[in-house]
Amino acid sequence: MGIIEARKLIHDYQKIGEDGKVEASYRAVDGVDLDVQPGQFIAVLGHNGSGKSTLAKHLNAILVPTGGTVFVDGMDTKDAEKLNRIRQTAGMVFQNPDNQIVGTVVDEDVGFGPENMGVPTEEIIKRVEESLKTVGMWEYRDHSPNRLSGGQKQRVAIAGVMAMEPKCIVFDEPTAMLDPVGRKEVIRAAQKLNREKNVTIILITHYMEEVIEADRVIVMDQGKILMQGTPREVFSRVEELKEHRLDVPQVTMLAHELKKSGLDIPEGILTVKELADAVERISEQEQKNGN
Amino acid sequence: MIRDITIGQYYPADSVIHRLDPRTKLVGTLVFIVSLFLFKSFAAYVVATVFLAGVIKASKVPFKFMVKGLKAIMVLLMITVVFNLFLIPGTPLVKIWKLTITREGLETAVFMAIRLTYLIIGSSVMTLTTTPNQLTDGMEKGLRPLNKIHVPVHDIAMMMSIALRFIPILLEETDKIMKAQMARGADFESGGIIQKAKSMVPLLVPLFISAFRRANDLAMAMEARGYHGGEGRTKMKPLHYEKRDHAAYIIMAVYLFAMFAAKKIAGF
Amino acid sequence: MAIKIEHLSYVYGEGTAYEKKALDDINLEIHDGQFIGIIGHTGSGKSTLIQHLNGLVKATSGCVYYNGQSIYAEGYSMKELRSKVGIVFQYPEYQLFEVDVFTDVCFGPKNLGLSKEETEKRAYEALQQVGLKEKYYKKSPFELSGGQKRRAAIAGILAMQPEVLILDEPTAGLDPRGRDTILDQIAKLHRERGITVVLVSHSMEDIARYVDRIIVMDKGHVRFDGVPREVFEHYQELEKIGLAAPQVTYVMQELKRRGIVSDSTATTVEEAKNAILAALGNRGRMETEHD
Repeated sequence: MGIIEARKLIHDYQKIGEDGKVEASYRAVDGVDLDVQPGQFIAVLGHNGSGKSTLAKHLNAILVPTGGTVFVDGMDTKDAEKLNRIRQTAGMVFQNPDNQIVGTVVDEDVGFGPENMGVPTEEIIKRVEESLKTVGMWEYRDHSPNRLSGGQKQRVAIAGVMAMEPKCIVFDEPTAMLDPVGRKEVIRAAQKLNREKNVTIILITHYMEEVIEADRVIVMDQGKILMQGTPREVFSRVEELKEHRLDVPQVTMLAHELKKSGLDIPEGILTVKELADAVERISEQEQKNGN
Repeated sequence: MIRDITIGQYYPADSVIHRLDPRTKLVGTLVFIVSLFLFKSFAAYVVATVFLAGVIKASKVPFKFMVKGLKAIMVLLMITVVFNLFLIPGTPLVKIWKLTITREGLETAVFMAIRLTYLIIGSSVMTLTTTPNQLTDGMEKGLRPLNKIHVPVHDIAMMMSIALRFIPILLEETDKIMKAQMARGADFESGGIIQKAKSMVPLLVPLFISAFRRANDLAMAMEARGYHGGEGRTKMKPLHYEKRDHAAYIIMAVYLFAMFAAKKIAGF
Repeated sequence: MAIKIEHLSYVYGEGTAYEKKALDDINLEIHDGQFIGIIGHTGSGKSTLIQHLNGLVKATSGCVYYNGQSIYAEGYSMKELRSKVGIVFQYPEYQLFEVDVFTDVCFGPKNLGLSKEETEKRAYEALQQVGLKEKYYKKSPFELSGGQKRRAAIAGILAMQPEVLILDEPTAGLDPRGRDTILDQIAKLHRERGITVVLVSHSMEDIARYVDRIIVMDKGHVRFDGVPREVFEHYQELEKIGLAAPQVTYVMQELKRRGIVSDSTATTVEEAKNAILAALGNRGRMETEHD
């Protein structure tokens, strides 16, 4: 069984009128099936309102399903008794770095989660040190979060989740409010956790360049899964993505345009090197033909 | 301008004062303030000055950070001094136009100024050397007996600590919103009191909405990190008295005795 | 000539422990009708610079001229300046405060002391310009989606009918669809109304696609100032100051290194496509001619 499994997950947001009756209902997630294996790096793409953030909030029981079921490491998120264990298993990093840091000093914030879990003091200190070192924020341990950059704050938030030793971390648009440097810092920290600590990562974002190293990309639209596969598979479908006004990395787009102009370039090019190689091959081919 | 406010501004350094238990520092600050009011004499204030200077030296916090807090109360300080200087009757010293400075007035004014200044510096020493979390921890543990009479000590401490964390953020936000509205032609300065109050609406509404949004986000983030009140929580930095805290209490007792003696013996 | 900046310096927090020279001897001219992009790492001084242009921040030394007049001259009306030079701040939707969208957009023109009819006419026009549908005008700003709120806030500035429109990261936190809608509308305003636009952005791709001049800020100095092709030629220097060039620039540089193209200055997908096709085609033809 996967670390996270959703079966026909449905979520309705309801507007309750003053008389206590449901006035309006909006289906944010509509029958999503998901199976995430331990150690995977999954990226979820989609517009605002595509249901990707709602989906994320189901994965550590901040929301419970209107229909269908979500299992976190075999635990049903509807089971209120397991709530603490679920949140310990699946941690969450949110969008706004300011609004998720509780402590007024970096290390105290990282210790907040373990404190809530009742971890003994010596163990907390050990975990805080390890987490801060992993995200590269150890030398800032006695700083106030207020004077850190966005990327640094977000790394503190990641360390705070990491200190709870979850098997899985859900990142809900962690880079949306950051500059390019901060974005890179956060993505690198997530990748490091995935590779070195074998933490399962679910990254929700709308920056395409952040997903090209994921094991699997899921594209959501109107509460449903529109497409999924490896980054290469998904980014081979440029026209379809464009139809939904989603981005593709600029190299992928350029490769696609060149192919449309008649060059023999494979679909799903993801890096500068791949494209340069493909163009070089064509160039050599032409030279041979020319001779 | 907004960043000058010292509330909750911790100055990281490695000093004896920083390492003291927050309860010791809370009690110490209290003892110091009370002593200023109890022993009103120049000799005693000399003792207080030596004591304060010693603590500041030991704290390794640059002196200019200590006096920063004074700026905020400068006006209050001036008013108090002026009032005392001119309005207290007694033996006249100098006469300027219709105003008379009396010996008693001068004395009270000077005492008042010293007292207020020391009070602010004394509390600054505490806030600069103690993280707000330690401070609230100290209060939480120190006030724990109140739990028995159903005072939610943990919750109050948590609220204080969150407030301290968000004050600088909201101040910065105020600055941003103000500028954004000024770019739309808003005027926060001119006009009468009613006009001014009205002009605050475009600032306060967004500020409140933002505060609520942040509160909502933070609540969700705390929940996601397993927060469920004070029950069953452990501490990363638990408080327990060390040798240095016992030493500090002894020093406090010595200080109090010195103040008392100074006033009695010197008598002025 | 719209704006002229002469020897502008700004020291932040003078006399405190946090004293910092945010701007250091800046000299710039912004001409009528230009579409300018300002790029720079967080803390490079770009936000401080734009706040000087409508007098929200007063220079420590140096001067800003608007249409030849010093804005620091005695009796110069800041209110009028702010109506001519409109600034849309980051996350401008956080400044919305009125009961409905339309009333909120009226706030700016009303502050200018315009008549009720004129105010409403301008508000209506501004909302049209940002492409917000009429059904939203009487709604509370808080019922709108993120992208719609952002557009309503931009309309709030446009209703003052500025001659220069400055936008500080107008697309931060938006999804690709919201981003394209807003940038396209700004480009249209620039094209059709001849309004001068200054766009601060972290996205080199967006900058390359829309602007005709780039100003690069670094540590309070203007590091580069020129057309996108010239500026992105310095991609290595840009990287050193925490910036980058659009991804296609890297493709072109790589192809140049491999001797496939000779001109590597393309900054958009379209330009890169044409350059590559031309290079491959030309070579093919040349080889044939050689035979």
